[in-house]
Amino acid sequence: MGALKHIINLVSAPQVSFLVAAIAFFFVFPPTAGFERWNRRLRLNLLWTVRGGILLHALVIGGFFLSTLDPNFRAIVAKPDNVPIALLLFGTLFFLWYAMKQAVDNDQRLASDQKPNEYTDPSEPKILVWPDLVYIELIAAVLCMAALIFWSIALEAPLEQPANPTLSPNPAKAPWYFLGLQEMLVYFDPWLAGVVFPVLIIFGLMALPYIDTAPEGSGYYSYSRRKLFISLFLFGWLLLWVYLIIVGAFMRGPNWNFFGPYEEWDIHKVVPLTNINFSALVWVKLLNRPLPDNIIVREIFGIVLLGIHFLVVPPLLGVTVLKKFYSRMGNVKYAVFMFLSMAALTLPIKMFLRWTINLKYLVAIPGWFNL
Amino acid sequence: MTIGRRKKVDGPNSRESVSRRGFMSWLVVGWATFAAGLGGLGAIMMRFLAPNVLYEPQQTFRAGAASEYAPGEVSTRWKAKYGIWIVRLEDRIVALSTICTHLGCTPNWLASEQKFKCPCHGSAFRANGINFEGPAPRPLERHKITLDDEGVMIVDKTVSFRQERGQWDDPESFVAV
Repeated sequence: MGALKHIINLVSAPQVSFLVAAIAFFFVFPPTAGFERWNRRLRLNLLWTVRGGILLHALVIGGFFLSTLDPNFRAIVAKPDNVPIALLLFGTLFFLWYAMKQAVDNDQRLASDQKPNEYTDPSEPKILVWPDLVYIELIAAVLCMAALIFWSIALEAPLEQPANPTLSPNPAKAPWYFLGLQEMLVYFDPWLAGVVFPVLIIFGLMALPYIDTAPEGSGYYSYSRRKLFISLFLFGWLLLWVYLIIVGAFMRGPNWNFFGPYEEWDIHKVVPLTNINFSALVWVKLLNRPLPDNIIVREIFGIVLLGIHFLVVPPLLGVTVLKKFYSRMGNVKYAVFMFLSMAALTLPIKMFLRWTINLKYLVAIPGWFNL
Repeated sequence: MTIGRRKKVDGPNSRESVSRRGFMSWLVVGWATFAAGLGGLGAIMMRFLAPNVLYEPQQTFRAGAASEYAPGEVSTRWKAKYGIWIVRLEDRIVALSTICTHLGCTPNWLASEQKFKCPCHGSAFRANGINFEGPAPRPLERHKITLDDEGVMIVDKTVSFRQERGQWDDPESFVAV
């Protein structure tokens, strides 16, 4: 048991767990026909059946309750702050499964020339708002009220002493919905992580209906008809947002160090984290030279890499792998889509470089631009 | 239909009818009351913007004689009251600000690891204030520290010295020991 816990602690380190999750993701949520074939060959599409759903939930919920036998795990998840976060995560899993089940159901119906489940014959009688819908809403409201009353009685409100500017709690955590942002702030300049990225996320979500204008698959759940967009959206949602909330809520302990789920939150855990800029890495460590005085010369390698990332890779993909996609989208839509995707990709790339080689900034021009 | 028509005819002659002059004066009274109410509410809101209690700790304080600090010591005795760490380095005593240069949390001094570690995003600084871990973009700021006639160190938080601007060699940024 101890050995198993130790292994889980090691595997849940972000450099391992994120990499595994990111690779496995594209087999579970295939973005292309090639991945879809693998998805079927590995039988991963069975996850979205009732049996698969029961197995998935039994594994996750069973594993969770088995883990609460461990005092360190229990201490973290049973904190009044964290109980609703755990509930929300179970909710996220359930609704993800439910939506995918409906989508896969419809995919099968459409493949055998049936109408989707959501299709209603215009000649059929319609369901009334009163009393049918209002009745359901009343029951939902009463249940929510009961749950809130039970919650407020059972769990103590996590109140603390009055705010003190010279004392930050250790660890100091944002509310759960900002934990993804707080985690981003660890890797990026505050201006980028706190302002530019949230704005890009909001504008990206607003731009979605203008980028994905294909009419097929609208009005009902479906996966395979718009797999690229659903897959990319879920990557952003599950790995770049929900994963970061899990990490921020349950795996960031004192001094904002990483702790495995069964690890004790030791204030004196020592982790070597001395970070290094990309310029120093290349000039000093690889080329054995002192850093050049001219800032542009010093940062040239990072600037070139950044230029390749944003200006060379998108057109290159457009004439090779995404050729059909590019011709369907046209210049403007493709450019906007690619800019948003590549900007979103900087987050996992930068996180991974920090976890593995402690890279501080790829381009560091103090006071102007740090990435 | 006939009822409606009769009412219309009766309207202007009924006792409840309001004259033009009376209507205008009521209108003025009504709007004046509304404006006064709105003005009062606005005044209350403006008052709300000014804090009832102003937390403004003293900006200068006497930090004792240099001999009170052991070589290599990072003193946290002024942290809670003034937000200052007095650090005795090899050849000088400096007054470090306790505000993390990333987003303004208050780091903790970890004596066993010899570093200031921020609990918000994991930035760390060495005893001299140089950042080396996490996202902090620049070293902690140092504040003006001078000796008065009695040999007592005076820290002035209104003046700060930044390493990245080359201000740490300023004679007012340290007391030589």
